[in-house]
Amino acid sequence: MGSVTQSLFKFFHRGGSSGKESQPRELGIRSRRHSTAFKEFMRALGSKEELSFLDLGATSATNISLLTERGHRMRTEDLLGSSFDPEFYVAGEGGVKTLDVDRFLKENLQFHGQQFDAVFFWDIADYLPEPLVKPVIEKIFTSMVPGGMLLAFFHTKDAGPDAPYSRYHIVGDDALDLQPLMVKNGSGNASLVKLQRVFNNRHIENLFHDYASLKFFLARDNMREVLVVR
Amino acid sequence: MWKPVKKEDEPQGTATSPTPAHPVVPPKEVRPVDAKQENRSEVAHIGKAVLIKGELSGSEDLYLDGEVEGTIELDHNCLTVGPNARIRAHVHAREVVIHGKVDGNIQGTDRVELRRTAVLVGDIFTQRISIEDGAYFKGAIDIKRDGKEQKSGSSYAAAVPSGVGIGAPALAEKK
Repeated sequence: MGSVTQSLFKFFHRGGSSGKESQPRELGIRSRRHSTAFKEFMRALGSKEELSFLDLGATSATNISLLTERGHRMRTEDLLGSSFDPEFYVAGEGGVKTLDVDRFLKENLQFHGQQFDAVFFWDIADYLPEPLVKPVIEKIFTSMVPGGMLLAFFHTKDAGPDAPYSRYHIVGDDALDLQPLMVKNGSGNASLVKLQRVFNNRHIENLFHDYASLKFFLARDNMREVLVVR
Repeated sequence: MWKPVKKEDEPQGTATSPTPAHPVVPPKEVRPVDAKQENRSEVAHIGKAVLIKGELSGSEDLYLDGEVEGTIELDHNCLTVGPNARIRAHVHAREVVIHGKVDGNIQGTDRVELRRTAVLVGDIFTQRISIEDGAYFKGAIDIKRDGKEQKSGSSYAAAVPSGVGIGAPALAEKK
């Protein structure tokens, strides 16, 4: 890890592994997760300056602070939060509301030609409505510079259906704080977002088949970590 | 501050007591000021039932809780977007505090704050930014401090918890 990155996180490093599971206990309570893939992700970016980051998770003031203080450019877009906007749902057959994917992509992930060096995808793919998953991955592909890196997490089946959607906060060179979130549904009621699907390695490879390479990292908790290179 | 007393000024043969450098002035009678009246004179207020289309500009702080379509220019003042506000405009102010909905770019010369109920779709250009948990933000952030590019050095801002103001590296503060 470059010396600049080391000093960047020196202040935050709390020394040693917490040894704790990543399971959030209560809504709003943060839990710490140590991530090898994240560590590798930041190491690979090295001491480059003025990188363009895209954070597709729930808005994190911590992440914004960290990256902009470092001199990087940052764009944030709460993709999952946007996917719950009732404006994107139209009545389909039998009165069942379905997501208008085309309209969603016209109003989201619009970067006006900007391309990104690094993308935080977190575990969004596990929670996105099914029709959005592949189109979003393809859209991100066109918005990344060649050689750019994407960080993604995928729950294993052992995580269980109640693994909550969380906001990710960068708090160290290999540490992330997870903050479980409730999301407002179309009726305006807040509820936990349940896991929609579980990807296996083959699913993940198919999902990113347009990308240059994938690297899997084993995690002690119920999470599969992936570094993707555009 | 204290003027030395000249010897020729001292009275002779009399017991003197120290005199203050400034004469004592009896306190003025202070009448209570109507707080609402005082606030109104300091901050302009646009209520939630007001709709403005066009350019909104001014030279005093503004609390905006209505609808605005167009542009908002408060170069040296503070704009507070109330929780009922729906703004579809580009905003330029010294400070911008958002509780409601804004669709447009925000240029806060000094700082921009997104409170818990804020919904902002647009880019932010400012020196300092604060985003509370629960705020929805979609857009890019461009932090520039006093026109100088501050490259990271040996010290960095503390990892602040959600809802805390984020400032220049040595100025991150807790609320």
